Amino acid sequence: MRSSLLRILALIRKEFLAVLKDPRSRFIIFLPPILQSLIFGYAASFDLNSVPYAVFDRDHSAASADFLSHLDGSGIFRRQADLGRASDISAWIDSSRVLLVVQIDQDFERRLLAGEPAQVQVIADGRNSNTSGTALGYFETVVDAFNAGWRSEHGQPGPPIRVVTRAWYNPNLDSRWSMIPSLIGTLTMMGTLMLTALSVAREREQGTFDQLLVTPFRPLEIMAGKAIPNMVIGLTQSTTILLIAQFWFHIPFVGNFAVLYAGLGLFLMAAVGLGLFVSSIAKTMQQAMLYAFLLVMPFALLSGLTTPITSMPEFLQSAMVINPLRYALDLTKRVYLEDAGFAQLQADFLPLAIIGVVTLSGAAWLFGRRLT
Amino acid sequence: MGDADPGDCERPFNRPAAVTTPTSSPALRLDGVSKSFRRETGESVLALDHISFSVDRGGLAALVGPDGAGKTTLIRLLTGLLKAESGVVTVLGIDAAKDPQAIQSRISYMPQQFGLYDDLTVFENLNLYADLHGVTSENRRTQYARLMEMTGLEPFQKRLAGKLSGGMKQKLGLACTLVRSPELLLLDEPTVGVDPLSRRELWEIIRKLVKEGMTVLISSSFLDEAEACEHVLVLNEGKKLAEGPPAEVSGLALGRTFLAQPPDGMKPRDFQARLLAEPDIVDAVPESGQVRLVSQAGRGSGTGIFGGVAAQPTPARFEDGFMVLLQQSGGAKPIDAKTLQPEEPLGGSRNESVVEVHDLDRRFGKFVAVDHASFNVKRGEIFGLLGPNGAGKTTTFRMLCGLLPPSGGTLTVAGVDVRRASASARQHLGYVAQKFSLYGQLSVGDNLAFFARAYGLGGEKKSERIAWALSQFKLEPFVRLPSAHLPGGFKQRLAMAASLLHRPEILFLDEPTSGADPFARREFWQRITALAAGGVTVIVTTHFMEEAEYCDRAAILDNGKLLAQGTPAELRARAPSEEGRTPTMEDAFIAIVLEARGKPAGKSGENPS
Amino acid sequence: MKSWSEKLRRIRALTLKETRQILRDPSSIAIGVVFPLMMILLFGYGLSLDITRVSVAMVDEDASSESAALIGAFRLSPYFGVTVVHSMAEAKKLVQNRKADGALLIPSDFSRRWHSGDAEIQILVNGTDPNQARIMQGYAQGPIAQWGAAHAGSSSSFPAGPVVVVDRMWFNENNDSHYFLVPGLIVLVMTIIGAFLTAMVVAREWERGTLEALFVTPMRAGEFLVSKFLPYFGLGMVGFLLCLLAGHFLFHVPLRGSLFLLSLASMTYLVVALGIGLLVSTLVKSQFLASQLAMLLTFLPAMMLSGFLYDLRSMPAFIRGITYALPARYAVALMQTLYLAGDVGSVIWLNLGILAAMAAALLAATRLATRKQLT
Repeated sequence: MRSSLLRILALIRKEFLAVLKDPRSRFIIFLPPILQSLIFGYAASFDLNSVPYAVFDRDHSAASADFLSHLDGSGIFRRQADLGRASDISAWIDSSRVLLVVQIDQDFERRLLAGEPAQVQVIADGRNSNTSGTALGYFETVVDAFNAGWRSEHGQPGPPIRVVTRAWYNPNLDSRWSMIPSLIGTLTMMGTLMLTALSVAREREQGTFDQLLVTPFRPLEIMAGKAIPNMVIGLTQSTTILLIAQFWFHIPFVGNFAVLYAGLGLFLMAAVGLGLFVSSIAKTMQQAMLYAFLLVMPFALLSGLTTPITSMPEFLQSAMVINPLRYALDLTKRVYLEDAGFAQLQADFLPLAIIGVVTLSGAAWLFGRRLT
Repeated sequence: MGDADPGDCERPFNRPAAVTTPTSSPALRLDGVSKSFRRETGESVLALDHISFSVDRGGLAALVGPDGAGKTTLIRLLTGLLKAESGVVTVLGIDAAKDPQAIQSRISYMPQQFGLYDDLTVFENLNLYADLHGVTSENRRTQYARLMEMTGLEPFQKRLAGKLSGGMKQKLGLACTLVRSPELLLLDEPTVGVDPLSRRELWEIIRKLVKEGMTVLISSSFLDEAEACEHVLVLNEGKKLAEGPPAEVSGLALGRTFLAQPPDGMKPRDFQARLLAEPDIVDAVPESGQVRLVSQAGRGSGTGIFGGVAAQPTPARFEDGFMVLLQQSGGAKPIDAKTLQPEEPLGGSRNESVVEVHDLDRRFGKFVAVDHASFNVKRGEIFGLLGPNGAGKTTTFRMLCGLLPPSGGTLTVAGVDVRRASASARQHLGYVAQKFSLYGQLSVGDNLAFFARAYGLGGEKKSERIAWALSQFKLEPFVRLPSAHLPGGFKQRLAMAASLLHRPEILFLDEPTSGADPFARREFWQRITALAAGGVTVIVTTHFMEEAEYCDRAAILDNGKLLAQGTPAELRARAPSEEGRTPTMEDAFIAIVLEARGKPAGKSGENPS
Repeated sequence: MKSWSEKLRRIRALTLKETRQILRDPSSIAIGVVFPLMMILLFGYGLSLDITRVSVAMVDEDASSESAALIGAFRLSPYFGVTVVHSMAEAKKLVQNRKADGALLIPSDFSRRWHSGDAEIQILVNGTDPNQARIMQGYAQGPIAQWGAAHAGSSSSFPAGPVVVVDRMWFNENNDSHYFLVPGLIVLVMTIIGAFLTAMVVAREWERGTLEALFVTPMRAGEFLVSKFLPYFGLGMVGFLLCLLAGHFLFHVPLRGSLFLLSLASMTYLVVALGIGLLVSTLVKSQFLASQLAMLLTFLPAMMLSGFLYDLRSMPAFIRGITYALPARYAVALMQTLYLAGDVGSVIWLNLGILAAMAAALLAATRLATRKQLT
């Protein structure tokens, strides 16, 4: 038993040396998570803070000016042009110079003063319907504010019920607060799975694997010697992203580190298991890389990272039961933002543990079948 | 071979009869060429030091020298793949620095590692090169027929290149190079890993090509091949040691070469070891049951007494002169036997069988790689597995090491049935693969530490063994160097050191001397001899037939079948004896294999038995 | 002329070799065919931003008939699943355990303030998912308005507010997310085949040592590159075709622009992607590194920084600056416009021109970097 552990230790040491001594592989392990979390952190948000628009104001009244000042004062809408003709509209939208064109009819002020509803038409560039949908939503908010202001100024009753929205855990509903903790799991899985698959494939291609098989190493020991270092590297990557989230993006961590790392540990076990699985099918490094990628892609896209799992069709939802990233995302976010504990996260911990055990045993079995 | 001169007993590769009159400009020419490289660690290595060398058109020239001498660099400079730092490289009248493409379009080159496309079949690889060289379809038919015959790859035409054995890959590489007849042919160690039969066939082809007017430059570690050329360049550590006809080099050992019979009961290799310890001896090597030795200059001619034995003078070979040259330039004798400390002998009786193979079988689908082979190896023996490519040596080896399960038969190593072997059984084995298979990114020291731990060595024991390995194999200066950057010969040494850390009972060596020069090979066998003396059983595969002389017993395989086994003397007896000339191992090998294949035996098929 | 026919023969032989290698390696086929299909399925069916149902925990501190009616209105809504709890603490617990997506608090003075026209309710959303939070807010308007209409008459009329917005979404009237996913899909598929797969291809030859013998032949460096380029271009076009067919037959995304321009745009972007892949492969000479670099430099930016999912205008200036260097940005603009808006000259010629220039520059750089020399 002791000799077995010593051998595994030797393998772990060797793996770390091989990975850390080569400056190129150091680069590849540490740089991508940093770069990616920075880029995603800044870019990946469905929030808009700059919506260029053009206005076709046929009224040119005080009311329309007032209305437009609400828009311009929102800090989000930026007026690019005052159009003179209806025919200009398509030119501005088609060329993507503006996202919205606001058209105010000439009886705008008259109707407002008469207490009649006045229409404002908005044309949105639907090429990215998600973005324009959001922009329209913002527009409605501005309109609501204008309406409330007008009503109170002109002595009209307000809406039946005022709805005040507050958010738990992310008071400003900043999508970065949701996205960046999610990256902890996502980026780590991508890195760990690929690295694990590649490291075995490389040994096979270089012939060092044969040399290992001739020594007293048992298949399980060899596997542990690959799994453990990669898990440690994965944890280091996760920690890097965690630090970036806290100290660069200033997203406060309210949770319990023990819970977080317990979850990440199980998650990495599963990720490494999958990586080892891929490596036993791949015969070359190229295959390892590509198969790992083909596995990571659907797992990442369907994990709830960008779109919720509950919106997916039934069969996909059932399929995602085996996706470790989905559990990792859920648990990281909840620990990070909500201080969730072990009890609340059972539904994540349990499946992760199962997946980890299954993939690792599967990989161990395949490793044991090396004598084909 | 029509040009054979029966009187040239010592040289199986005969020189071409006629040499075309040289045209005004030489086929290739180096003028004061230097080239250095920067190692990853930052230091600069001078690969070639002001070399001047030329070969006339229609000439057949050889490039010889120890590993790392600069042979490959020189050839690469000629191809235009590398640029010289100083001096001028001219090939076919073209300056290699100015217009390398012109050269590349006109010559054919076979690199040391010919990278074949594994996903393409033999035929497809050939066609690719034929297309690239612009060989027309009519020419192709005749050329292919010739190439297929030479390489024996005919039945494998549709096989994927990745599924060929190492030697077959080498032959395919050769075929792809010879797919057309260029003005100049550059071959970098083309016969490494190729069996003697194919080597002779290749040389036939080369000779024919030279007769047709081609200029050929071969870099080789087979010194008898150098002897067959008209012009030789000997390099060592980037410097020119000699240039000229091979006879000039052989002449250096004139009057200093002898054959000595080992005393009764003493093995040739042990006698060699004793001789090498004497200050008067420059070189000694086993040959056909005796030991050929080269004495220091001034020792006088006539029969002399060496090692307490009277020795007969014998004509000097190129190899003898070569060893003299090396000694002159290097200073010390090739090997200093005193530095090889004998190990404490391992236990166990000498007559015990440590490896028993019975009716061993291995099939891959319908293909029979090993067909009912049986042999055994006794403790402390050096046992050789010899055979042409595709014979099943590597497959047998892999089964012995536990890397491949047998399809049938039994296999017992160190008393354990390998099929049911536990990991602990492997504790007694050491294995050195043919291709360097240690961790390239790890330093020498780290690799040794890892393998020491892998075999359960720890603490003091580990440091002790690692220190031993570093000094034994002279790896101390490289302790921190990533092993991928070790010069070629040192990689082999590291691999061997790593396999010996745990004092295995049985050592498996797969083609350990493949591609090494005589210098390195002597040294290697010295070590093996010392190990065997200490009780280690060594099983070796090799293509150098004369190395079978170091073995206690050897087996010859061909086409998966074990054709013959026995002591070197027994095997040599199978060869037809020629007038006045003792048959060599190579002759015996060829005879046995041809006999089994149903072809007429005798020297290269000349005299039907 | 002899030299041209020889050149062609060499290119043909090399391309044939490359094609055979692709066909015989399952991983290449996987990327060329399986990957586009997989992405099509994922994007087509897996990714959806529509939330169908939201579960809300309602806390009624008022316990009046009005509040009960309000709760009833929410229950009737098909978008809400209602659980009534007795305290905010309970509601929060439900949200923490993911049994509810949010909570709705009807304060104790609700009905009193309602009669004075100043009623207020609080929606508490789980900020961990801001998107869902916003959607819940939006959905809540429905039941509230319904309830308000049902209770009309107790006070004055409730105009919907003087200004009413009438919106039209050009190019995608039905707000079908497939409309913007499919054009982006094409870009992603081209990126993976063009850059990621190709990035390993030249590096592999260096690592396996197949180039030394190949270089000492009449083959020119340019011919070598062409042979690397052509088969992967073909593979990329296969991917393109698959996406095109899926877009039309599976997702019914209309192609309003000309097919010719769409193909031209795709091909140009593919050339750019191939250029990047080959350049990285040639410079780096290690399969492992080359593939990681390709991922970092092409695929991730194509997903995140091309304007495909996330609007570029809302990114910080520094990041936006980076996107100008990304070919995917121009490709996405082209695809979206050609599919949904039609042949808009200003957009098309500008973006196509930039892509073409990038393609030329990359190919030239790769050609320069490919030299028949060993270290």
